[in-house]
Amino acid sequence: MRITCPLCGERDRREFYYYGADDYLRRPGEGAAPEAWDSYLHLRDNPAGITRDLWHHEMGCSAWLVVERSTITHEIRSVKLVSDVQEGGK
Amino acid sequence: MRYSGLRVIREGLFGNKGWRPAWREPEPKAEYDVVIIGGGGHGLSTAYYLAKNHGITNVAVLEKGYLGGGNVGRNTTIVRANYFLQGNSEFYSHSLKLWEGLEAELNYNVMHSQRGLINLFHSDGQRDAFVRRGNSMVNQGDDAILLDREGVREHLPYLDFEQTRFPIYGGLYHPRGGTARHDAVAWGYARGADSRGVDLIQNCEVTGIDIEHGRVRGVQTSRGPIRAKKVAMIVAGRSGQVAAMAGMRLPVESHILQAFVTEGLKPCIDHVISFGMGHFYISQSDKGGLVFGGDLDFYASYAQRGNLPMVEHVMEAGMTLMPMIGRAKVLRSWGGIMDMTPDGSPIIDKTPVEGLFLDCGWNYGGFKAVPASGWCMAHLVATGESHAVARRFTLDRFATGHLLDEEGTGSQHNLH
Repeated sequence: MRITCPLCGERDRREFYYYGADDYLRRPGEGAAPEAWDSYLHLRDNPAGITRDLWHHEMGCSAWLVVERSTITHEIRSVKLVSDVQEGGK
Repeated sequence: MRYSGLRVIREGLFGNKGWRPAWREPEPKAEYDVVIIGGGGHGLSTAYYLAKNHGITNVAVLEKGYLGGGNVGRNTTIVRANYFLQGNSEFYSHSLKLWEGLEAELNYNVMHSQRGLINLFHSDGQRDAFVRRGNSMVNQGDDAILLDREGVREHLPYLDFEQTRFPIYGGLYHPRGGTARHDAVAWGYARGADSRGVDLIQNCEVTGIDIEHGRVRGVQTSRGPIRAKKVAMIVAGRSGQVAAMAGMRLPVESHILQAFVTEGLKPCIDHVISFGMGHFYISQSDKGGLVFGGDLDFYASYAQRGNLPMVEHVMEAGMTLMPMIGRAKVLRSWGGIMDMTPDGSPIIDKTPVEGLFLDCGWNYGGFKAVPASGWCMAHLVATGESHAVARRFTLDRFATGHLLDEEGTGSQHNLH
């Protein structure tokens, strides 16, 4: 599996650290109910198909990436910087 | 048909014409008391104990592929009870006791071999943690022996003790740990359940779960609708999709775990060896193949195959630990889909839907749990109450903070 970092170009999967589903981008606000934290930390759609994951280009430019990927075939559809995805608010 | 040595001789004398299929191939009925979704190890053992322990025999096991075609046939067959936390410890202890009587119970040779499991440690801190774990195992009534380096050398003279990265300080020896023939476990439970009247229905995929006024009414399948008073979801890596049919979102992320086997060799590895620092564990099958595995590929996946970086990592770890295996040829590798939870422990619980039950979240550890998982799930489905040794495996523990993080690695699904 190879991931095309928007900053560094196509690199080996070993340069990247997988963090989890992009649910981690939707952190609840300070006053959120416990259920919101449970959902944020634990509950997952866990799709058999296209997923959006957070990856960290740990051995490269250190950018955080949102990778759109098939969990069935491991095909990678798109890679975007988290900073671009989150631009303009959540 | 009862299996025995005498039977083998008798069949041999009469041309082996008396053998019968181990289970029937029934058509699904319109209604059952209990429908179990998933014909893997846990689903089949649940069916068996529902019939055996609770007398509930109007039961169907629905399997979308063939019986035992998933993780129960895709693991490294290790059976052990070396857990530390209360909640886990008593459950796996119960499971190992069931394993020890399983062949007589099922009248089926599951080739359970208590060859001993040795977990290696490589630092003073790790030794302290293993002493603590060993004491916890002994307190639970199981067996644990702390070995120093020379003690390990007596058992495993072929390890590279002086390796520069992780010199071996000693090991925690669990003599009752071992392996079993994984397919036979599924087949043994299938045969036992079938002979007590359970319908095992293969090539029957559940496509919907019928719920009316908060109560389960049955399932939609590729072979038509089936009504049921109770439904149990026991589908491991596919738990997310099946639970979604009931409108649930689970604390589960599915990951790929690879395993490997070499060509058949003469006996050389007598134990199960686990090298935690290198993410590597190995045993030798009765056929002679070295069976070994490592860690997850670390990204969510439903592909039953992994990627090369983890293959390389596992081979490197194996070579670091025991250079003698370097000339063995790897014959096959495969992947299983692990239902990873945020604390690494499983779920055996009711759901918010009346009559709908959930058994999932087995992470890496599902195979050894097959007997006790079935035992406790059957108890839950039959009585509506959690079994004493599985009462901590609740679905709501993530929301309430009562986590069972055996390895203390945090809340990411792939870290367990």
